[in-house]
Amino acid sequence: MDYTATQSGSRQRKLQPSMRQRNSSMDGSDGSQLFEDTSRAGPPSQAGYRNQQATLQAAGFAGQSLISEPMSNLAMAYGSSLATQGREMVDKNLDRFIPISKLKYYFAVDTVYVGKKLGLLVFPYMHENWEVSYQQDTPVAPRFDVNAPDLYIPAMGFITYVLVAGLALGTQNRFSPELLGVQASSALVWLIMEVLAVLLSLYLVTVNTDLTTIDLLAFSGYKYVGMIVGVVAGLLFGRLAYYLSLLWCCAAIFVFMIRTLRLKLLSEAAAEGRLVRGARNQLRMYLTMSIAAAQPIFMYWLTYHLIR
Amino acid sequence: MAFTLYSLIQTAILCTNAVAVLHEERFLGKIGWGVDQGVGGFGDDPGVKAQILNLVRSVRTVMRVPLIMVNSACIVLLLLFG
Repeated sequence: MDYTATQSGSRQRKLQPSMRQRNSSMDGSDGSQLFEDTSRAGPPSQAGYRNQQATLQAAGFAGQSLISEPMSNLAMAYGSSLATQGREMVDKNLDRFIPISKLKYYFAVDTVYVGKKLGLLVFPYMHENWEVSYQQDTPVAPRFDVNAPDLYIPAMGFITYVLVAGLALGTQNRFSPELLGVQASSALVWLIMEVLAVLLSLYLVTVNTDLTTIDLLAFSGYKYVGMIVGVVAGLLFGRLAYYLSLLWCCAAIFVFMIRTLRLKLLSEAAAEGRLVRGARNQLRMYLTMSIAAAQPIFMYWLTYHLIR
Repeated sequence: MAFTLYSLIQTAILCTNAVAVLHEERFLGKIGWGVDQGVGGFGDDPGVKAQILNLVRSVRTVMRVPLIMVNSACIVLLLLFG
């Protein structure tokens, strides 16, 4: 029954373009219907769709247009399916190299967490419990635990650092747009080298830790917060303010890194503060100290040329 | 310091080349870093020296062929583009 209605509708289509809307959807089999009939969604879409179909039909019949309508319909369907396939393939291959699902964990933050973490980065002296809480063997998302590392603050800090560096250079009339790129790539290279150096030293000391590369990236990125505070203070209040605030932030990040890494790198006994002898524990302690001490050095190195 | 990502790649290639040219018999054996002098402990504490030797050996084994290709590409590019 439906079929006959459609056939009659298609035959009468020249006379009554609006009739076809009410017929059931048959896609391209008779060669005249351009799109699938999705007009059942609602009256407004129906009206607009009807007009569009009418105009397209009129254009089609006005005089065999260059792109024949059924072919464009097929081409569009094929193109969209190809795009979907391509996107699936890209997703699958990308997931092999960059673990997207793991990255999502590091960006699961909210405003309260960011506020607390920023406060912790500049004033870590009052915080008591530095352990990362777990939930059935997986770490809890940063939203629920202020001790968990995240990638939001380092990413935003990096971008803000590049912008603040541009601002600082601009106030000294040394700015040009290429310098932004130079600053960004320079800071990025230092970050990558630092992460690689930490990874190498962790391998050499054979520390059994659950620190992943992304965790190390996050910890190394926390120093951008201190750098931004120092540079902004230096811009607003002069060199003395720059040195003072940088000193404060360096000390803060030193303590922050030591207290965070202590629980991850050192053995249980040493982490609790008891004095444990042994070459290996000593090596681990040196490693923690040097990772923490590298942060202030980088902070000074990357900002001193911005304040003259 | 104006570091670019390109300089990072250059550094990586140079360092890997440096590790790859360390000869076992003529050099590493002479300074006590040979193949039979590192793998001593099967306990849970290999020690820093054993780890370094392991790293050097594995880099040499793994990166030998890719380094040939990367170095050839570098030579061609430098000849063409200076």
